[in-house]
Amino acid sequence: MGIVNEARDLIKKNIREYGMYIALVVIMLTFSMATDGLFMSSRNISNLINQTGYIAVLAVGMTLIIVIRHIDLSVGYIAGFLGAIAAILLTKYAMPVWITIAVVLVLGASIGIIIGFLVTKMSIPSFVVTLAGMQVFRGALLRVTSSTGTIIVPNADFNAIGNGYIPKLFSINGVHGLTLVLGAAAIVLYILAEFNNRNNKLKYGFEVLSNVMFTVKLLFVSLVIGYITWILAGYNGFSWTVVVVIIVVLVYNFITEKTVLGRHIYAIGGNPDAAKLSGINVNRVSMIVFSSMSMLAALSGILYTARLQSATTTAGLAFELDAIAAAYVGGASAAGGVGKVTGSIIGAFVMASLTNGMNLMGVDISYQYIIRGAVLVAAVIFDVKTRNKKA
Amino acid sequence: MAMKEYILKMNNITKVFPGVKALDNVNFQVENGEIHCLVGENGAGKSTLMKVLSGVYPFGEYSGDIILDGSVRKFAGISDSEKAGIAIIYQELALVPEMTVYENIYLGHEIKKGRLIDWNETILQAGEALKKVRLNNLNPATKVKDLGVGKRQLVEIAKALSKNVKLLILDEPTAALNEDDSENLLELLRELKEHGVTSIMISHKIKEVIEIADNVTVLRDGRTVASMSARDGGILEGNIIKHMVGREIENIYPKRNVQKYEEKTLEVNNWNACDSKTGREILKDMSFFVKKGEIVGIAGLMGAGRTELAHSIFGNPDEYRISGDLYVMGQKKHFRGPHEAIKAGVAYVTEDRKGNGLILISDIKTNITIANLKALAKQGIVNENEEVKTANYYKGSLDIKAPSIEQKLENLSGGNQQKVSLGKWLYVKPKVLILDEPTRGIDVGAKYEIYTLMNRLVEDGMSIIMISSELPEIMGMSDRIYVVSDGRITGELPAEGATQEKIMEMATN
Repeated sequence: MGIVNEARDLIKKNIREYGMYIALVVIMLTFSMATDGLFMSSRNISNLINQTGYIAVLAVGMTLIIVIRHIDLSVGYIAGFLGAIAAILLTKYAMPVWITIAVVLVLGASIGIIIGFLVTKMSIPSFVVTLAGMQVFRGALLRVTSSTGTIIVPNADFNAIGNGYIPKLFSINGVHGLTLVLGAAAIVLYILAEFNNRNNKLKYGFEVLSNVMFTVKLLFVSLVIGYITWILAGYNGFSWTVVVVIIVVLVYNFITEKTVLGRHIYAIGGNPDAAKLSGINVNRVSMIVFSSMSMLAALSGILYTARLQSATTTAGLAFELDAIAAAYVGGASAAGGVGKVTGSIIGAFVMASLTNGMNLMGVDISYQYIIRGAVLVAAVIFDVKTRNKKA
Repeated sequence: MAMKEYILKMNNITKVFPGVKALDNVNFQVENGEIHCLVGENGAGKSTLMKVLSGVYPFGEYSGDIILDGSVRKFAGISDSEKAGIAIIYQELALVPEMTVYENIYLGHEIKKGRLIDWNETILQAGEALKKVRLNNLNPATKVKDLGVGKRQLVEIAKALSKNVKLLILDEPTAALNEDDSENLLELLRELKEHGVTSIMISHKIKEVIEIADNVTVLRDGRTVASMSARDGGILEGNIIKHMVGREIENIYPKRNVQKYEEKTLEVNNWNACDSKTGREILKDMSFFVKKGEIVGIAGLMGAGRTELAHSIFGNPDEYRISGDLYVMGQKKHFRGPHEAIKAGVAYVTEDRKGNGLILISDIKTNITIANLKALAKQGIVNENEEVKTANYYKGSLDIKAPSIEQKLENLSGGNQQKVSLGKWLYVKPKVLILDEPTRGIDVGAKYEIYTLMNRLVEDGMSIIMISSELPEIMGMSDRIYVVSDGRITGELPAEGATQEKIMEMATN
């Protein structure tokens, strides 16, 4: 098989997945040109990623919720409420940062178990349960901030999660040293993992990419990692938010792609009745998914509070809508069983890039909303069309 | 003899899908006032031909002529063909369950007074329409969801009649009906014929075809391969099957080497089940067993409780209230879910592949391994290479026809889907395999392969419990037969000496 044919085949098979990456690249290039390169500057990209972090982690959890044919509208105010709780624990009770984070995450997971219980055992539609949850936690947020109003968090360690950067250690011509080291390490690890995977497949006698194509793929992905690292290293390096988001994505991607639990989640989304008759404990898996969602909402609350260095009475407003939009732009299907964590992250960055780029260009906020809405619909149309083609 | 009058002629119809010629120069003629049966294996092109006729594939998407009542028609859509007096009744019924019978009958062609719906007239007319389909006692205000499958089908026919249909097309109307309802439906078709309605019936049930057809057209691989007429006595079972498959099937039910074991692998005693939501008793005092190396047939009409019995044994996913004893491999069991049944060596291939059997949006590989991922996983992490190997093994050994294990199930034929379902359950390495209607909706060739596989499995010492509505299949494959009626076991028969009449008598007991 010729290399051109192989490339064409690869693109054809994965057009839906690649479509999103291509869209992101096109958006970024367009804004770069429109802003004379300001958009792709180290400082702006670094800011863009930090601003997107608290939505990105929500989008990861929301993907799984949508995959199992549910929805969670409560995550915004859960994030707001638990962000305020974090602020209270840090200020009023002077709790250490690590304990505060742990407590808030456990609280989040517990809230998710309650939501999951109502959805699975009580058979209440998730839309209704989480709509109620949205109201409840909106009220709860107002309650805990009623006496103080906005709670300022003076704890520098905590605020670093939303604003700080990993230590430099050393620098080369002003470029962030540790970031470069980590970026290089990521490339090495990626290449090793790909080789390991390929050797395993060869051991089983399965078909693998041709040598040329494999090299092209390795080079391409390494270049992308390298470029992003280089841009970020040129400003302050990796922020703690980036580190958190990367860890969340790696963990969730691993769970969904490689584990039995992940397979069960997709099976339930694909056909809940068949999943049940295949011996899958549908209620238990659904509870885990709802619990993980609320835990990520807690994480989102922590990121947001740290970023603002304070908890406000309106924190969390419409987060859930951004997360849901990101998941749909990223290829999740409302019919269930389809959607990838990595897709949703790209979806979150597509939406964030639009906002950021249009802000740089000085586009009026009214147009911004209209354009974001149009992009959401366009993305889903693309998704639906490419999916039908395959059948 | 009078000249034959044709209500419909379809001449040289060709319909091409990307990559496939679904219909290749098909000629199809229907006489005025007859019952015409259209038969053929799955994928032969029957449904496609009917979709061309009804305008689902509008004029321009096919080549050839449709001549209805002597003039060429060019339907742009279903509403066109309906206006011309053609009505199609599909396998999956097109009624709205939450609406009443009268609302359903006039849905889309409401009776109006001015701009508003005249409900009184609607109810009155609906009553008349129901009489025509022998539902004199049905209250038109009943909700469709409260009706059984048989009655729903009749309501659908009433709906078609209310539109002054001349040509009624039924796509496998009896596939989901029990013997009584089927008989009733065939009777109704004869009655409609008396009143001048012409019917085209697609059917897999050859006995039924022989019983009712005036003419038969056989399609194979998108071509017309034979036409037969009752007038000259040409409609014979062997003849139809020969044309359908293009070869003579010597023996539909392959023989196996029977090995006698005494060991009971699964036994149920005094088994009762009750729907915990409605309180309805579903299974009453059932007792039966299956031995190693044996195929036990469970016969009975639809709704007799056969699928419910299988579910109640297989970990009770519907959460019935159950009493009675279940033994698997001699050990008493209380399964708290299908996962425990699977662990104990029981597997259940569902009746409804699409509904609760398979994940159609996923590929062959995912479906084959989903019930036994544990066997492929270490610490919860799936070994994907082993998974591919496993899936390829079953694809090969079951002869699943697909380009690769990455093929989505929605793109496979019914027979191949069923093989995937079998592969999925064989991979859990069961000792007792429950098959619920294992050959429903699949073609003759694939049926034979599945029967051969069943024989191989019991020869290797597996036990099979086969639930089936097809009496020839029950008699041809089983070592022993239990007959179920109204939630009870009403009889047990050895395979030798069982006749359709005996079984039917017990099933209607």
